[in-house]
Amino acid sequence: MPDPHVVSNAVVALLFGGGVAAGVFVRRNRLWREAAGELWRRRPLALLVVALYVLLALADSVAWVGGVEEGADVVATHEPRSLVDRAFSRIAEPQASYSAPFAEAEFYAPYRPLAHPGRHPLGTDILGRDVLHLTVKGARVALLIGGLTSLIAIPLALLLGVSAGYFGGRIDDAVFFVMSTLASMPGLLLLIALIMVMGRSTLSVCIALGVTSWVGFSRIARGETLKLRELDYVQAARALGVSEPRLLVRHLLPNLMHLVIITFVLMFSGLVLSEAILSWLGIGVAGSWGQMIDQARDELSREPVIWWNIAAAGTALFGLLLAVNFVGDALRDTLDPRTLRERR
Amino acid sequence: MSPVLEVQGLVTSFPGDGDRVPVVDGIDLRIGSGEVLALVGESGCGKSVAALSCLRLVPRPGRIEAGRIAVDGRDILPLSVPEMRRVRGHEVSMIFQEPMTSLNPVTRVGDQVVEAIRLHERVSRAAARARTLELFRRVGIPDPEERLDAFPHQLSGGLKQRVVIAMALAAVPKLLIADEPTTALDVTIQAQILQLLRDLQREYRMAVWLITHDLGIVNELADRVAVMYAGRIVEEGSRLDVLAGAAHPYTRGLLRSMPARATPGERLAEIPGVVPPPDEWPAGCRFATRCERAFEPCSSEVPGPTDLSGSHRAWCHAVARERGA
Repeated sequence: MPDPHVVSNAVVALLFGGGVAAGVFVRRNRLWREAAGELWRRRPLALLVVALYVLLALADSVAWVGGVEEGADVVATHEPRSLVDRAFSRIAEPQASYSAPFAEAEFYAPYRPLAHPGRHPLGTDILGRDVLHLTVKGARVALLIGGLTSLIAIPLALLLGVSAGYFGGRIDDAVFFVMSTLASMPGLLLLIALIMVMGRSTLSVCIALGVTSWVGFSRIARGETLKLRELDYVQAARALGVSEPRLLVRHLLPNLMHLVIITFVLMFSGLVLSEAILSWLGIGVAGSWGQMIDQARDELSREPVIWWNIAAAGTALFGLLLAVNFVGDALRDTLDPRTLRERR
Repeated sequence: MSPVLEVQGLVTSFPGDGDRVPVVDGIDLRIGSGEVLALVGESGCGKSVAALSCLRLVPRPGRIEAGRIAVDGRDILPLSVPEMRRVRGHEVSMIFQEPMTSLNPVTRVGDQVVEAIRLHERVSRAAARARTLELFRRVGIPDPEERLDAFPHQLSGGLKQRVVIAMALAAVPKLLIADEPTTALDVTIQAQILQLLRDLQREYRMAVWLITHDLGIVNELADRVAVMYAGRIVEEGSRLDVLAGAAHPYTRGLLRSMPARATPGERLAEIPGVVPPPDEWPAGCRFATRCERAFEPCSSEVPGPTDLSGSHRAWCHAVARERGA
């Protein structure tokens, strides 16, 4: 098993390569290029905000060992640190002081004086960690949860939904039974149970979220497949002697892609929010904004009010979700064939 | 020489309230090589289901109940799925009514034709593309090089139908089934597409099974005509026999209701009533309920064929009585 940071670097490289490939594909393909241009015209700001979050998450995923000041302890010198950690290296070390944003002195008397007075733009939390640093690091966790879970849920939903819609009969009955069973259970309870069974880790939270969230899209995929199956061009392809697997891959799936993209974006925000709720219940992912909010909520009752850590995490979460939702709406308007027709 | 398509006693049924209802009820058809057969009838009389049956593509829950369908002398009903796939497109190809929806909207039209070629022949992508270009030229697509990389929404209805025809011809079928190929097009485009079909039919020496409700098209294209009503063939013969010497009251009614044949200033003739739905088809002659010449046996006995002249036949009690007497 390679080091986690090696895996994470590889994933970043893969994502980067994939992004470039997707960009080239979009530029070459007229339909997608027009859609991308339209999207940019509709929501430039939201796209930029999403891009910022993605960049922060990527920067926090590239990590390597070394570059720690002389005199640091042995663990620190061998611990890989990410690009973001390095950017915050001056103030990132926990310093056992509790300060307000841009404070010159510590907030509560028993703590030691600040090592970097005025350097914490968003103050520190009760453990003395820089809030801005934590907030920026939260982007990676949020995108990881949204991305990884979608990667689990959407293929699952597509596989089951499309085969149910296309083959019908027994398969349809079986898939529909599973979907109805899942839909009839309280989602949150199922989530908690799954996480308890699998143990608490980022992956198990993502799997649990994936298992509980595929049903909605699966229904959409099933319905759309039912519709597409009867369309003339599918019939025409059959009349030309196209085999069933090829028909599915070449003629059905590409026509579901706009739904996949829209669902991905809309599902994403729901997933990030779900994780925040799980963190509130104490079973979320370490380092997420949900967890920051959870840890900060007791501070709200202090006098004077400690508002900055909950505000930072909340704003970051809100900003991401709002931007993603705006992009999602614009995507739907751009890619939905019905609105497409109105535009032309 | 065996006919390209021979259909005997084909019954295709769909489930109704309770029993299965035969939508196509025992039809016989024969299409010789290089022949154009027009199957004429109102909407809902089972024309399209009959055609889809011959490709074994009847949409579920429809089912072929009985009969024999032979393509080039080979019975296709017992064929396995992969064998059937080789028949489709390669021996029998079909073009559909709606060019707007007959092409995959997210794939370049050139690639769709290339796919159709490579389904039945082991040729390289480049060779298939060259053939596609040739086909595009042949079906009269202007600027074929550019159109290869166009998406369906960038083409007009007439161009799309030309692409659909190119696709259907990709594997050089022996029989082309054209299900109302011009219904969705403008009148001027209709004439062009019909001309194209006629030219291609001669050039490729291919049989065409034309399904239509437009007798004008029949007159322009068909060698032989079969008239279908409520799941059965009611009259069959050469184009001249049927169009000029129509015997069956239904065919006569259809001809009378053609605007081109009407006397100006007079109200256009019509056939009273509508085609009854399949589960309400009468027991005897199915046209009896709308027929002006109906008499006693029509409502209880299924009429048999009456030979009129050569291959001209009609299934009608009134015609039989006239001839027999």
